[in-house]
Parts: sequence; C-alpha cells; structure tokens
Amino acid sequence: MKPKLAVWKFASCDGCQLSLLDCEDELLMVAEALEIAHFPEASRAVVAGPYDISLVEGSITTPHDLERIEAIRAQSTWVISIGACATAGGIQALRNFQAVEDFMRMVYARPEYIQTLSQSTAISEHIKVDFELRGCPINKNQLLELINALLNRRKPHLPSESVCHECKLRGTVCVMVSQGIPCLGPVTHAGCGAICPAYQRGCYGCFGPSDSPHPAALSQAFKSLGVSEAELVRLYRGFNSNAPAFREESLQHE
Amino acid sequence: MQTEVVLLQRLHLDLLLSQLQAAGYQTVGPVVRDQAIVYDRIQSTADLPMGIGDIQGKGSYRLRSRDDAALFGYVVGPQAWKKYLYPPRQLLMRAEQNSRGLQITAPDQEVPKYAMIGVRGCELKAIQIQDRVFLEGPYSDDFYRERREQIFILAVNCTEPGNTCFCVSMEAGPAAGPGYDLAITEMLETAEPCYLARAGSAKGAELLKHCNPSHAPATLLEKENALWTAAAAQMGRSLNPEQASAALKSGYESTHWKDVGERCLSCSNCTLVCPTCFCSGVQEVTDLAGTSSERWREWDSCFSLNFTLTAGRPIRQSPGARYRQWISHKLAFWQDQFDQSGCVGCGRCITWCPVGIDLTSEIEALNALQTKT
Ligand code: SF4
Ligand code: SF4
Ligand code: SF4
Repeated sequence: MKPKLAVWKFASCDGCQLSLLDCEDELLMVAEALEIAHFPEASRAVVAGPYDISLVEGSITTPHDLERIEAIRAQSTWVISIGACATAGGIQALRNFQAVEDFMRMVYARPEYIQTLSQSTAISEHIKVDFELRGCPINKNQLLELINALLNRRKPHLPSESVCHECKLRGTVCVMVSQGIPCLGPVTHAGCGAICPAYQRGCYGCFGPSDSPHPAALSQAFKSLGVSEAELVRLYRGFNSNAPAFREESLQHE
Repeated sequence: MQTEVVLLQRLHLDLLLSQLQAAGYQTVGPVVRDQAIVYDRIQSTADLPMGIGDIQGKGSYRLRSRDDAALFGYVVGPQAWKKYLYPPRQLLMRAEQNSRGLQITAPDQEVPKYAMIGVRGCELKAIQIQDRVFLEGPYSDDFYRERREQIFILAVNCTEPGNTCFCVSMEAGPAAGPGYDLAITEMLETAEPCYLARAGSAKGAELLKHCNPSHAPATLLEKENALWTAAAAQMGRSLNPEQASAALKSGYESTHWKDVGERCLSCSNCTLVCPTCFCSGVQEVTDLAGTSSERWREWDSCFSLNFTLTAGRPIRQSPGARYRQWISHKLAFWQDQFDQSGCVGCGRCITWCPVGIDLTSEIEALNALQTKT
C-alpha cells in the first residue's frame, strides 16, 4: 500500500503548499509513490486518516488551531511543518511584539467577534514535529528531497548551515564585502540557493536562523556599515521574527 | 628548457590565447563581474579588467579605476582557481538497481581542459598544495588528477600586492615560483603595457616560439627586479609561520578562542574562499522510487556544525572551537600532515570575512596572551 500524504493549513498564505503543486514534472512521480489523501488545495476528494505523512503549513493563531493541531498529530506517523509560518510563526508573528487587542481594535469594527491568541507560534511549540522544512516559501526541490528521503528511509540532505555557504558554492560575489550591503546570509539557514545575493541584494533571512547563528556579531558589522538601530530591528523582523535567535537579537536593538 | 626572458606586447598575449584555444583549451582568466574580479571564460585580452584595480581590507573589497591600461593591475579576488580543478559540486558515481542487480557506473563526463590565465605566485603555490592533498599518498583523487594533468598555467608575477597580502611571509610570491608553463610580468612603462615572459615548461616554450618574440632588454629586467623588491616590501601584512605554529600548538586551551568565538559568525566564508581548503561532504541523491542514485561531492567547511557530526552530535560545538580548528590546521597541523604550511598568504580569508576577522591579528593576539602569562 502506498503511504498516505495529507496537507494541512493553519495561518498562512498557501504559498508553501502550492510548492507541491509547483512540482509539475515531478508531481506525477510523487502521486505514483504516495496516495495524496488530504490536500484540499488540490482536490476535493478526501481520504480519512490515519496518515503516514502530514505536511503542516501555517502558524497557530487561534484557540481552534490548538485543537486541530492535536488531532493532526494523533492521526499522523510523521508530522512535517513546512515554511516560515509553521516553523517560526511567520510574518504574522509581528503581533507578538505588540498587544494584539490594539490591532483588533484598529482593523475590525466589532473586535469582540474575533477569537485569537495573543501570539502567533510555530507548530513545534504545541506538538512534537518530526522535521521542519524552512523557507518563505519553502523550496520545492527541498520538499521533494524530504519526501524522497522519507520514502527511501534515508536522511534528507537539507543543509542547515549559512546561506554564505550556498553563495560561495554558486560563485556569487559577497555583496556585503564588495558593496557594503547588509546581508543576513551569515546567520540564515541555507536552502534557497542564495538567490538574493546573486541579484545584488542582501539576504532577507527567509529560511530563518542557521544551525549556529550569531546575530550579535553580525549586527556589529552592520553597524559599522552605517545601519541604524531601527533598521536593525526591521532586518531581524521579517518572516522569521519569532525564531528565537532573530527575536532575541531584534529585542536588543529596540 | 628555455629560461630566456623575452619581450611581448599585448597583441602577443592575444596570439597566445588564440593558440591555446586552437589547441583545445578553454581559456579562463580574470573578468569584472558584480563589482569584483572573478575568474571566468575569456576569449581575448579585451575581456580582461583593463585599468581596473581594487582596494582590500578586513571584510572589505572595492574596485577602483587605475590611471593606466594595466590588464593585471588587480590583487587576487574572491575566487580561487580551485573551482576549476576541484569544482564545488562533482558527480562521483551512479548506481542503478535493475534486472541485472546493482549496477555502478563512473560518471561519463568530458574532462575540461583549462588554460588558466593570470595565476599569481600565491595561487600557483596553492595549486601545488592541493596537488599534494589530492594526488599524493595511497589514495589519490582521479577527478582532480584528470583535470590537473591537462591544465596550462600562465602565471602573472605580482608587482602590486594588496593590503591583506602576506605571500612573502609564506614564501609564495610576489614572483611566481616554478610550476607554471609561462610566466609574465606586466611592465607599465609606456601607455600600452608590455610583458616580460619566461617559459617554465616545454609546452610554454613551444607556444612562446610562435610569437616570434624579441629578447628583453637588460634595462627592463633590472626594472622588473626592482618592482619585485618593492612589491615584497609593500605587503599589507606579515606572519611568522614558525611562531604561529608554536603559538597554536601551545595555545590550545587559550582564553583567546572564546574571544574569537564572540566575533566569528561560523559562516564558513574564510574556508570557501581559501585556495588550499579542500574539505568536502558526500551525498547520495536517490530517485523517488529508490532504484537509482547519484553520489555527489560538495565543498564543505570545518565551520559547519554538521561537519564533525559523530554519533549524531557535532564535536566542535562552539564557534571558537571551530575557528581554532581551522587556523590550527592551516598554520600548524598542515605542517605535520603535508610538510608545508596550508597558507600561502593570499589574504582572501581576511578580505572576504564579513566581520573582518584577520588570521594574522589573531596569531598576534594569541602570542601576546602567551607571552603575558
Ligand atoms: S552575500 Fe551574504 S550570503 Fe553571500 S557570502 Fe556575503 S554575507 Fe554571505
Ligand atoms: S588561510 Fe587565508 S591567507 Fe592563507 S591561503 Fe587561505 S585564504 Fe589565503
Ligand atoms: S572567520 Fe570570518 S569568514 Fe570565517 S567563519 Fe568566522 S566570520 Fe565567517
């Protein structure tokens, strides 16, 4: 019997799960190797659980999310959170630095109808997660590698070192050294293939902190490039603002 | 072998390039790309960075325009020639499970034949250091060997070292040592530079003959010598290899490593730009069905946490421990392992470290701490 795959959505933009549909050439092979049992974005046909692989997109932001994620864990062998929302809380975790009631009052005419949590948090803060696939959005080749590794019972090759590593392997000239552009690459998890520096921009940190990030040292270097404290806060408060290493560093400059 | 010095003009260099191309070489050399001088394919001297120089410092690199027509008036940039001999990613083998069982095949790849134009003394020495690593001893690397055996090296003697250079300390320059096919010195006497050339191999001598060059006048040779002496005196940095090695061997427990660990990002840029660093990782890439697989080798670095994964845990957990490993291997243990230093003083690790960590200052600081206690 083919292993059953389910795709779940929490607070997110759907971009990560669309990466699976984006696999185009490989999608048929994936569909041959796996039974796509629950994937509302792709098909209305739903096969009941339990599931072998659950891909979870999005962050936990409501009391209802808390119940749903428990249920998903209970019926899945492997739970894999995909993307910056699911692994760090996403861009919506910017609320964690302010009072959420203030936002509600500003946005909604009747805030009393809104049920929300004060924080947007990663899936792994609530249940046991077997693997976290980083990125905003995730890289489809990495998703395929992960599915491939699971099916073949081997370790996935998903490097957790810095983006600098990918930058150098690709032969890109460092934008920080050659142009003085602040770049989050040295503290950011590899996975995108170092896209931004290849287009003469600093890394935005979409894949969150690397396996041994050291943002305090990087901030010092940014400061000598003329980056202000306010800009430092903004640099670390992107899609992964609630990832511990970035959160702590941004708080240092508030 | 001819050791005679001849005089070439720029048109001769173009002639050399077209002869190399006719002989089946891919000519690769310095070009300006993305605000730096990198190595890439070149067709003629028109592709070279004419009138472009650079200013380098700790964690900083900027191109500048020169007020002359120098083609080689720059200091080594972010890339090393190792990318041609030891590419960042290399397919090692394929395996396939079929009706005949498990079939393993060597990758069927054409071995590129490179003519490297503009190899500096430090870079030539770095290639020789990697030769030792990849070719000597009981396990030699065929992928490296195949490429290495075919290369043609046109060296350029250095006359204007940069602020992060210390090749003189490492006996790697400024003039290129033996091992090149041809070596040239760019002379900026007149508006159009001319070149003093020496052959270092039969291949090089043969090629030179076709240029029908004239003998170099003695006055130019004297000037060349003066340029080298001046270049040797202009090194931006210096290092005493014996002292460094001793300091590292006795400074294993120094508190200095914690201090470096507070500044170092563990980003691995220093190792990846270093022309002698050779560490790699190997991965199996399977297809979804699990019936075929490719084995790839990829540059790795001792700054990666996973590089020393043993029984599921990395051995060198702190950034300071990883920096200590790198600098100690480079400047001390390489000596025990390969009878030479692992550093040629090219300065790349200093320039391309985003936070400007400088191994020569780290050795000084370590030394100072040790003499104090
Ligand atoms: S451009 Fe950014 S990611 Fe690339 S090497 Fe420089 S600091 Fe690292
Ligand atoms: S250690 Fe630094 S200076 Fe020495 S060869 Fe490597 S990059 Fe060049
Ligand atoms: S010494 Fe510099 S380049 Fe090397 S790992 Fe540390 S911060 Fe990165």
